[in-house]
Amino acid sequence: MSPEEFIPALYIFALAAFLGYLVLTRVPPLLHTPLMSATNAISGISLVGSIVAAGAQHNTVGTWLGFIAVTCATINVVGGFWITERMLKFFKSKEEMKQKSEEKN
Amino acid sequence: MEYTIAFSYLIASLLFIYGLRCLTHPETARRGMHAAELGMLLAIIGTLLHHEIVSYEYIIAGFIIGGAIGAIMSHWVPMTALPQRTALSHAFGALAASLVGIAEYYTHHGHLGGFKITAISLEVLLGSLTTTGSLIAAAKLQGMLPGAPMTFKGQNLFNLTLIVVTVGLFGYLILNPATGWAFYLMMALAFVFGVMLVLPIGSADMPVVMALLNSYAGLAAAATGFAISNNVLIIAGTLDGFSGFILSIVMCKAMNRSITNVLFGAFGSPAADAGTAAEGEMREVILDDVATQMAYARQVVFVPGYGMATAQAQHVVRELCDSLEERGVTVKFAIHPVAGRMPGHMNVLLAEANVPYSQLYELEQINSDFPNTDVSVVIGANDVVNPDARDNPGSPIAGMPILEVDRSKTVIVLKRGKGKGFSGIENPLFFKPNTGMLYGDAKDSLAKLVHAVKEA
Repeated sequence: MSPEEFIPALYIFALAAFLGYLVLTRVPPLLHTPLMSATNAISGISLVGSIVAAGAQHNTVGTWLGFIAVTCATINVVGGFWITERMLKFFKSKEEMKQKSEEKN
Repeated sequence: MEYTIAFSYLIASLLFIYGLRCLTHPETARRGMHAAELGMLLAIIGTLLHHEIVSYEYIIAGFIIGGAIGAIMSHWVPMTALPQRTALSHAFGALAASLVGIAEYYTHHGHLGGFKITAISLEVLLGSLTTTGSLIAAAKLQGMLPGAPMTFKGQNLFNLTLIVVTVGLFGYLILNPATGWAFYLMMALAFVFGVMLVLPIGSADMPVVMALLNSYAGLAAAATGFAISNNVLIIAGTLDGFSGFILSIVMCKAMNRSITNVLFGAFGSPAADAGTAAEGEMREVILDDVATQMAYARQVVFVPGYGMATAQAQHVVRELCDSLEERGVTVKFAIHPVAGRMPGHMNVLLAEANVPYSQLYELEQINSDFPNTDVSVVIGANDVVNPDARDNPGSPIAGMPILEVDRSKTVIVLKRGKGKGFSGIENPLFFKPNTGMLYGDAKDSLAKLVHAVKEA
């Protein structure tokens, strides 16, 4: 990585950090657990690095490390989104709750 | 092809940010998650087109195995076990980042420039220590390791040496990228450091540790992005890292502690003299009287703590809440930020028990409302309602924001026995004239209350 590559990357990092601050401080404590699992799923994006490592066939060690990394990252992507959705389904407003109990009756 | 991949990453980044933005309200949250999922799918498809990829067997095998494990870990896990499950996924995420870094180093065999070796080293450092740290946290939360802080003689000296050597190796590597032994030794020490970092931290401080590990896992992913010059990785990793960072600050504020104090304070061994010894007698109340009080109240506020979750009492609480509302009583829930074992945990537990989110109140929203409350019911919470934190500067928890239940007309505390409880800190609330103690198993008492309120 040359300075010409590093500086733009640093820009992206700094801007993402600032944007993250603006967006994430507005998430209410009510949703802090789903926030943690959602960001966990999103950071499973390291999958894209793992995929290249697993598929590039530079050497056996790299391929195997890549394979384990793909597995771990996929666990986070699939598991993270799955459990976030499961949690978010619980959160209902009063009206939704009433509708639901009426449907039952 | 290059453009297709780059474009898929750009769209993915935007969808991730949109997805997190939607998490600001429960009504839009699910829509946001769908957007983020779409973004992830686009990024993965884009990556599969990468020109360096020559074989797909290992990738597909990883997808299938990882997908199956992820689904199993998420579909059946009970909501009370969310903290340990989340800690495990931090471990997986960090391990993935760490392994990509190791593979990268191994493949290029140290023929790396200064920026790149710095990025890879950071990635492997953060990734490795988060992996083992999260595993220890998960083991503690699951009860496989004792929840109390684990300390040994010379621990500080050992940790300090560990840090100095690891940082030294990091510096050495930047100057001599091709030194393989230094790289692998640094990695090994980082794994050890993760263990040492979390062992001395007690269960009660887990919300902070969870958030901090979340932050590290994200930063490891961001460092991966620097190492392989991938922007979507930098963006997603930074968002994750920042979210964890913000959450750990929120948690620290809620306990009035600094992050360093949580990490190195070994708080779990409380001082022998824990604040002023509270004076007077605790007043025991009779269940039927409590039921009558609640049934004829205008407003009842429930204050749930982790004790409610361990007793699995949230569904009974909700039943009690229903029968009170049928009688026209206003019912609210007061949630302290550190109620539960991870940020926001209590809200999920109550939402699962079908409590609508409009009834869940944060500390700032509810505190002004306690004077208008006829009955506050404290279930398995202790420190978060301790008036000493507000009134007594000498208390070990002085300055911690509390739910001011003592300002309500009557307080009922559901408690197993007369002991001091988890933290060992005396709670003067229990001795106040407007406080009544209802001893016994919380779930049991609540079930009886449901019945008694219907009769009242």
